[in-house]
Amino acid sequence: MVETFQLTVNGTAQEVTCDRDTPLLYVLRNHLNLKGTRFGCGLGLCGACNVIIDGRTIFSCDTPLWSVVGKNIRTVEGLPADSPLRRMFVEEQAAQCGYCVSGIVMSATALLESTGNPDERAVKEALDRNLCRCGAHNRMVRAVLRAGE
Amino acid sequence: MIPATLATTPQLSRWVTVHKGGTIDVRCGKVELGQGILTALSQIIAEELDVTLARITMIPVTTGSSPDENLTAGSRSLEESGPALRQVGAEVRALFLAAAGERLGTNELAINDGEITSRSGSTSYWELADEVDLSVDATGEPQPKPHTEYRIVGTSAARLDIPDKVNGIPRYVHDLSLPGMLYGRVVRPPSPGAVLRELDTSPAKGLPDVVDIVRDGSFIGIIAAHEESAVAGAELLRANSVWDEHATLPDSTAMGAFLTAVPSDRSVISELTAETTTTKTIHATYTRPYLAHASIAPSCAIACWQGNELEVWSHTQGAYNLQRQLQKATNAAEVTVHHVEGAGCYGHNGADDVAYDAVLLARAVEGQPVQVVWSRADELSWAPFGPAMAVELSAGVDADGNVVSWHHEIYGNGHVSRPGVFANPAFLAMAYTADPIALPVSVDPPTSRGGGSQRNAVPLYEFPAHEVATNRLLEMPLRTSALRSLGAYLNVFAIESFMDELAGDVDPVTFRLRYLKDPRARKVVEAAAERANWWSREPGTGFAFARYSNHGAYCAVVAEVEAETEIRVRKLTLAVDAGMIINPDGLRNQIEGGAIQSTSWTTKEQVRFDRTRVTSADWESYPILRFSEVPEVDVVLLDRPGEPCLGAGETAQGPTAAAIANALSDALDVRVRTLPLTPENIVNAMP
Repeated sequence: MVETFQLTVNGTAQEVTCDRDTPLLYVLRNHLNLKGTRFGCGLGLCGACNVIIDGRTIFSCDTPLWSVVGKNIRTVEGLPADSPLRRMFVEEQAAQCGYCVSGIVMSATALLESTGNPDERAVKEALDRNLCRCGAHNRMVRAVLRAGE
Repeated sequence: MIPATLATTPQLSRWVTVHKGGTIDVRCGKVELGQGILTALSQIIAEELDVTLARITMIPVTTGSSPDENLTAGSRSLEESGPALRQVGAEVRALFLAAAGERLGTNELAINDGEITSRSGSTSYWELADEVDLSVDATGEPQPKPHTEYRIVGTSAARLDIPDKVNGIPRYVHDLSLPGMLYGRVVRPPSPGAVLRELDTSPAKGLPDVVDIVRDGSFIGIIAAHEESAVAGAELLRANSVWDEHATLPDSTAMGAFLTAVPSDRSVISELTAETTTTKTIHATYTRPYLAHASIAPSCAIACWQGNELEVWSHTQGAYNLQRQLQKATNAAEVTVHHVEGAGCYGHNGADDVAYDAVLLARAVEGQPVQVVWSRADELSWAPFGPAMAVELSAGVDADGNVVSWHHEIYGNGHVSRPGVFANPAFLAMAYTADPIALPVSVDPPTSRGGGSQRNAVPLYEFPAHEVATNRLLEMPLRTSALRSLGAYLNVFAIESFMDELAGDVDPVTFRLRYLKDPRARKVVEAAAERANWWSREPGTGFAFARYSNHGAYCAVVAEVEAETEIRVRKLTLAVDAGMIINPDGLRNQIEGGAIQSTSWTTKEQVRFDRTRVTSADWESYPILRFSEVPEVDVVLLDRPGEPCLGAGETAQGPTAAAIANALSDALDVRVRTLPLTPENIVNAMP
């Protein structure tokens, strides 16, 4: 059933009208035109759709809209332009096709916010539920480590 | 000299537009697949034009306006488009200098970032932009710069596309949102060859914003105003469909027997005869499973019909190829294909098929674009697979232990079934419409074009006698096509594993060098060995070498593994000679990525199926390498300034696999000849 919901996305109040079970991913991409969060599997198994909700990384593809009302939703578009993580990903040229990257940047953001200066093992653990097919993993790990320094 | 693709499209204005505002548009026929090709090509043309990279805009391919440079495939982009853009740059520069000379009354001109200076005054590309007519054909006369003057080529220029990708800027065809665009989904059959018996469309029709449901034989699609409704509607259609399925697939536990039993077409690829005396002959058989491209993004396309004219947005590897085949399949009066980036493709995946899906659905809503995205399950089970394959090797050895004869026999499906290869366009959906056209059995391109199953089958080692032959299956239970490196993956795995087996007590590197005459090959082998401290190595270390496709980049790999019943690849050291390096970091990124992807294929991946259905349809049943499993990768580049570029995007695939297997054998004294190197296959190989 179609209803109207109030959301907080990247610190801004937003109103969307759609079915309560709509996956958050489609709400972000199509209703709010935030295309940086991406569809990869729809099953919560690849991390391309990762966003941060109340400080925790979640898969937006299998998170229904009703469950995020009143929570603080953050997407890749909400990271500050001078974010060290963004800068280090570019400096390390940490991508090939880049389709997985925004989800990985969000997992890394949550890690750095909770851990500060993680070691390599912690970075790999934090990114282990994100898949990358091109093999840019080591560059991404270096970028996260440098951003945490 | 005019390079081949420039000869096809000789008019300079097709390649370059100089704008008064100080920027230059460059159109080439190669597409960005995440490999960084547009950055490298922009360096080549900026170098010849004497402008900074920031002035260049690489325009994605659109049929009709971009030059046709065929497919972006086979690691041939720098080899093909590089020389074309280099010559285009030299010719355009010469035309501007001639115009400047006329205006300034002198031929003594200097040029820097498009500013042209002389003792009698100055001008610029931008000032002359309206004056210089680029609608002329290349002459081949202006000479590109000598490599000793390069300032941009050879530097690690940052990738043009990475900032957008890191910042989540819309860039992929999945992100396009055209005015009035609708969302489509296709409901694929549950198994290859299944026929739709019954379909109840009413539950899906009941969804609020469903626009249309398309049924054509066993092809089912749904169009909705919102993406979530298209997804939900497709699930309702699936749940309310009844299919007749047939057990058409081989026994996955006996693939070796299947590959050699199916009727096949044998062709001899290379034969070298010599009088030899052998004291013994050694045999071994190596196999690989079907592999999925498994991009992180499912295939996606947008199509829009206006009357009988069709416009398509696609992440295809060949926009012109797709355009011609869509024209043939639809009889549209005009077809335009725009390339828009997708995720990494790694070969012929579902990109062309989903474009045809979108074309079929968009027919129902003329004037409105329809975007179709495949599901993860469809991506992993309906996109073409890299074929399962077996290689039988035998070597004749003389009394001194030298290899004097070599036999390499390949069994498997062909490696190419792209649209454009066959008389009919061969889009997936065509096999399921009411008037179906069976998917043609895949083929292998000729060896001169790199081959398919036979890629890298001719050994680079110089043995007195050899015979190499391939047996292409004439039946195709699972659809196969090009996956990064094609047959080279198993051929190199087999050859390089076998070399270690033949070496016996001789050091594997020493043994290889005994038969390797090409000085560049020897250099790469020695460089990898040195970098990885081969001569003082720990147990669990393996070596392998190949030159991709026998004409591309040279690559040697040292793998270091830990193994008990499960293998963990700790470190890979690769030495690569890719000719002249355009962008060292870009090349490094490709080599690292190839090595890591090959590690994933080699240690984990196989398409799973029962006798009817593909069963590896998600990331749990088709696992790929994760962050915690990724090895450290160290790459040594051997630059060859002034030499032609050698394709490097696929060069790591084969030698990485063999180096890992050789390291496993070094660690456990178990020779695993069946890929992937899973605990199950390791245990089965134990004596």
